[in-house]
Amino acid sequence: MSASSIVRLENVSKTYEMGLVTVQALRGVSLHIQAGEYISIMGPSGCGKSTLLNLLGCLDRPTSGRYLLGGEDVSQMDDDTLSSVRGARLGFIFQSYNLVQQMTVVENIEIPLYYQGRPEHESRARAQELAARVGLGERFDHRPNELSGGQQQRVAIARALVNDPLVILADEPTGNLDSTSGAEILEVFDELSRQGKTLIMVTHDESIAHRATRTIHFRDGIVESDVRH
Amino acid sequence: MRAASIIRLKRTIRLGLKSLWVHRLRSLLTVLGIVFGVCSVIAMLAIGEGASYEAQEQIKNLGSQNIILRSVKPPEEQKVSGNQSFALDYGLTYPDVKRIKVTIPGVTVLVPGRLIREYVWNISRRVDCEIMGTVPWYPQMRNHPVAQGRFFSDLEMEQGASVCVVGAEMAPALFPIESPIGRTIRVGGKYYRVVGVMEPRAKGGKQSEIPESAPGGAANRMYIPLTTARMRFGETLMKRRSGSFEAERVALHEVTVKVARPEDVTDVALSIQEVLERNHQKKDYDIIVPLELLKRAERTKKIFNIVLGSIAAISLLVGGIGIMNIMLASVTERTREIGIRRALGAKRRDIIVQFLVETVMLSGAGGILGVVLGLTIPYLVTFFSEMKTIVTFWSPAIAFSISALVGVIFGLYPAFRAANMDPVEALRHE
Repeated sequence: MSASSIVRLENVSKTYEMGLVTVQALRGVSLHIQAGEYISIMGPSGCGKSTLLNLLGCLDRPTSGRYLLGGEDVSQMDDDTLSSVRGARLGFIFQSYNLVQQMTVVENIEIPLYYQGRPEHESRARAQELAARVGLGERFDHRPNELSGGQQQRVAIARALVNDPLVILADEPTGNLDSTSGAEILEVFDELSRQGKTLIMVTHDESIAHRATRTIHFRDGIVESDVRH
Repeated sequence: MRAASIIRLKRTIRLGLKSLWVHRLRSLLTVLGIVFGVCSVIAMLAIGEGASYEAQEQIKNLGSQNIILRSVKPPEEQKVSGNQSFALDYGLTYPDVKRIKVTIPGVTVLVPGRLIREYVWNISRRVDCEIMGTVPWYPQMRNHPVAQGRFFSDLEMEQGASVCVVGAEMAPALFPIESPIGRTIRVGGKYYRVVGVMEPRAKGGKQSEIPESAPGGAANRMYIPLTTARMRFGETLMKRRSGSFEAERVALHEVTVKVARPEDVTDVALSIQEVLERNHQKKDYDIIVPLELLKRAERTKKIFNIVLGSIAAISLLVGGIGIMNIMLASVTERTREIGIRRALGAKRRDIIVQFLVETVMLSGAGGILGVVLGLTIPYLVTFFSEMKTIVTFWSPAIAFSISALVGVIFGLYPAFRAANMDPVEALRHE
């Protein structure tokens, strides 16, 4: 089981110092995720799921415990190496899309490749291909504020796919969308899952969580339940 | 690797241009401080350099080994002289010259001169002119060579010959077509043969520190032997003054003293002053030491440069702070963007470079604008006020590199601040 784990958390804890109070956001979480799994993470606010997502996304380091991403221990890496790991092995999809406003659709999709130092003609072609794949073939040169929410989230999905990541992390991807565009985005996710991508999605919505192959419930910084559908 | 990083830098520059372009007005206003700083440095340096060049040229023309004595009308006489009928007697005398020559060691040559204001005629052409009676070695002494023909000779001096050398400015006015050499011109009822034309004088500005001649003198000069001048014009000069005549008796208007060694100039000047003080009751003379003036001009220039440097430093500092201020605001405003970039793989270094490139481009563009303006202003000044300006080649170069340096220095802090943001916090920033 552990051999093919793409994500392995071993007894990971995270504490924050907030003034005089120490907040324990995660208390010894162990988690194994296989390649190709579609995982939804649920739980009430303050349960530690955002912290977990930040750790999984290498945006933060655990206070204790080990995090192996694709067999590599990333829990003790320095800032620069973590940046490279994020750029090369992870894809991010946020609730509020997080596109750079002054850049066009294609330029936004290119960002991860830019920081990996890929030549421009190569990354441009790849970005255009992905934009077309998420249905934005005619909007290469539009800016985010000229697009609807659903379209912006598609740009974000294309951006998350551009570097062919090991894991795609999505933080409430449909949270800002109306139900129609939300459903469309979820269909894109289903499609990605069918293609064998590893998806980890944080959500509040039980019905969305049910589309995943595995649902993990969090409460008070620990795993409460871990169910495969 | 190297080529790759250059390509990368190019892309970063393009990115920076884009985000500066998004806020064009803000970018322009931000760099105004630098623009005016750079511009004022170049313009002021050019004007200062031009002014001091002019002054130094004039002083050099007087000769650094020379001491020039001039007759000056004593001020207290000026008021009464209007209704006095007797001739006013003042100024340097022949005995003065003799005394200086005999008593002061180190004095090699003396050039006395007399000035007479008269009209000079060539048939019907007339020029208002200052006629200077002097000695044959005047050109060498005053670094004022003859351009055409020759100066009058010792023999002509001895004989009191009716020969003259005309100034470069008046020659074409009297002889527009033909060469003046060998021609005769008329002053009053007397005729003079032209034997030479002087080189044009370095153009003294109107604000010139050392007047070429006595105040109110004409621009044109003509030189005749001193002996001739004494014979023809006598000692008493008549001046027309509104309604009345004024007579002046001045033996010598000007005496140039050449000192053998330049280091003695100051001492000799002091001795001359003592000699003259003993023999003149009133201060009806003026001692001009070009070397002293030169030194003073250099000191003034140094002070000017220091003042200029401080103004430049302050204005660039203010400009730099302006840029830093805006960049800090920009960093805060773009916190989210920084978070996104960090999440998508940007290293701290990438963020630093991004913001630094933007700041340097801002201040560099400001520098270029400033250089352009700074080169235009001296040109306009020269065009409209006929003041000489000199743009030294290094002043735009230095001004520009300082502005770029200001960009780096004042860009570092905002850039580091951007790079040290926690990506998680930055992403959450609204």
